[in-house]
Amino acid sequence: MLPLATPALPLDEAGKYVAAAYVVFMVLLVVYVAIMAAKLQRIERELRDLAAFAEARAAADQATPGREEVDAR
Amino acid sequence: MYGKGLRTLSIATVATLALALSLVFFYAPLDADQGFVQKIFYLHVPLAIVALLGFIVGGVFAILHLRSGDRRWDAYSYVSIHMSVIFGVAVLLTGSIWAKASWGHWWVWDEPTLVSFLIVFLLYATYYPFRYAIEDRDRQARYASVFAVTAGAFVPLNFLAVRLAESLVHPRVFATTNGGLPGSMMLAFLASLAAVALLWVTLVKLELTAKSASGQLKRLRRALDAPAAGGASRVAPEVS
Amino acid sequence: MTPSRTAFAAILAKDLRSELRTLQSLPAMALFAVTTFVVFRFGLDRTALSGSLASGVLWATLLFAAVLGVNRLFVAEREEGGFDAIRLAPIDRTALFAAKAAALLVYLLVLELVVVPVFALFFLGSAAGLGPLIAVLVLADLGLAATGTLISSMAVHSRARDLLTPLVLLPLVVPLIIAAAGASEPLLAVGGPGYHRFGGWLAVLGLYDLVFLLVGYAVFDFLLED
Repeated sequence: MLPLATPALPLDEAGKYVAAAYVVFMVLLVVYVAIMAAKLQRIERELRDLAAFAEARAAADQATPGREEVDAR
Repeated sequence: MYGKGLRTLSIATVATLALALSLVFFYAPLDADQGFVQKIFYLHVPLAIVALLGFIVGGVFAILHLRSGDRRWDAYSYVSIHMSVIFGVAVLLTGSIWAKASWGHWWVWDEPTLVSFLIVFLLYATYYPFRYAIEDRDRQARYASVFAVTAGAFVPLNFLAVRLAESLVHPRVFATTNGGLPGSMMLAFLASLAAVALLWVTLVKLELTAKSASGQLKRLRRALDAPAAGGASRVAPEVS
Repeated sequence: MTPSRTAFAAILAKDLRSELRTLQSLPAMALFAVTTFVVFRFGLDRTALSGSLASGVLWATLLFAAVLGVNRLFVAEREEGGFDAIRLAPIDRTALFAAKAAALLVYLLVLELVVVPVFALFFLGSAAGLGPLIAVLVLADLGLAATGTLISSMAVHSRARDLLTPLVLLPLVVPLIIAAAGASEPLLAVGGPGYHRFGGWLAVLGLYDLVFLLVGYAVFDFLLED
């Protein structure tokens, strides 16, 4: 059976534990932000690819416009 | 539009966090029993409260999903639970540090709130393997909602049982933490609670915005008949 | 009888008859429990148990044996299209939930009928605590039946369902085990049965049963949707 809480740690030792707790929190937060940043990067890359794709297709459509018109004439 | 208001929310979160930290370290007095170590309480307890509320919110979203069939509620439910699990990790780690500093052990079974939280955390940790084991998307969403509702009902029951198990055998050493807080400590605590709650909401919104962006991308890709992206189809719920 | 009650009775009767005929689950559960007692005897290096140790060994064993039963609960429905039959029938689908939970309850009670005397034989000095223990067993079984049926039906359509069921079930039954073990510990004490907070623990068990029966009743429909 554990004794009741041991007497309060001296300030310098206690400081380390308090700092550790807040550091853990900060680290988790920053890791989360990093993961979100990676997601954002991926989205940006895909958007860029899609934009290029759409532009290429628009250009192709322009290069060969309505072939039917040519045949009908 | 999930991103709307995200900037205001973030600013509010940062401001409240700064205020809370200032109150905790410059305003709140030193605890007579635990000394400086008690300052962890301002981080650990708000994280726990917000995480638990987040689980319950996830359950509420799940109920809305089941009743309406609208998959957006499922996405909200998933993200709420996901964020609360992450906050839960922080709760357990900070709780452990607090235990070491106060009791000299990295884990104590005598603190019923911490033990209850561990059990709740273990349950919600099974949410992911459970979800991803169901392949059919509709069914996955529905069953995940059932899980979230069941787990939400479980949370208060669990706390009751664990509290009863501990209360008479071991006196609650941290009984001073919530009852009988002097005004200045209470203020710092409430500010910390508000800050952590805002942080949770901000991060949930951020996550939903990212999901939404991915969803719009898929939509665009489909509309353009573009070839599929390199990454494997993600199993997590989508937002579009 | 209303259609739902007829359906309930029919499903329950079918399950019990099937189990009686094939003896798929019960003997395995009982054998598993008894073997687990032997494992505990050697794992703890004790030949006599009392109080919290006795309570712990008993409840841990019963729980893991129950998980075996839970895993097999919806096997027939899954393999023979029983779910479709329920969906098509013009009855309240929760009749399936009630019937399965009742079946599981019966299995657990029969299991304990066999296993608890063996436990007493192996480890207990006197059988004095066994009488009041029945109340604890019944209430705990009700809770296990409700939660087990719910989780089993949630896992039935997933991959690795045999792994998923115990994984999700175990944290959910922790409060139940806390209350059951809490009530059992003084009953199995060395000096004779004690009733320290017996009523309180029974109340917690009752509350647990109520909550999960209600939750199961409320959500089961959504599990059966196509």
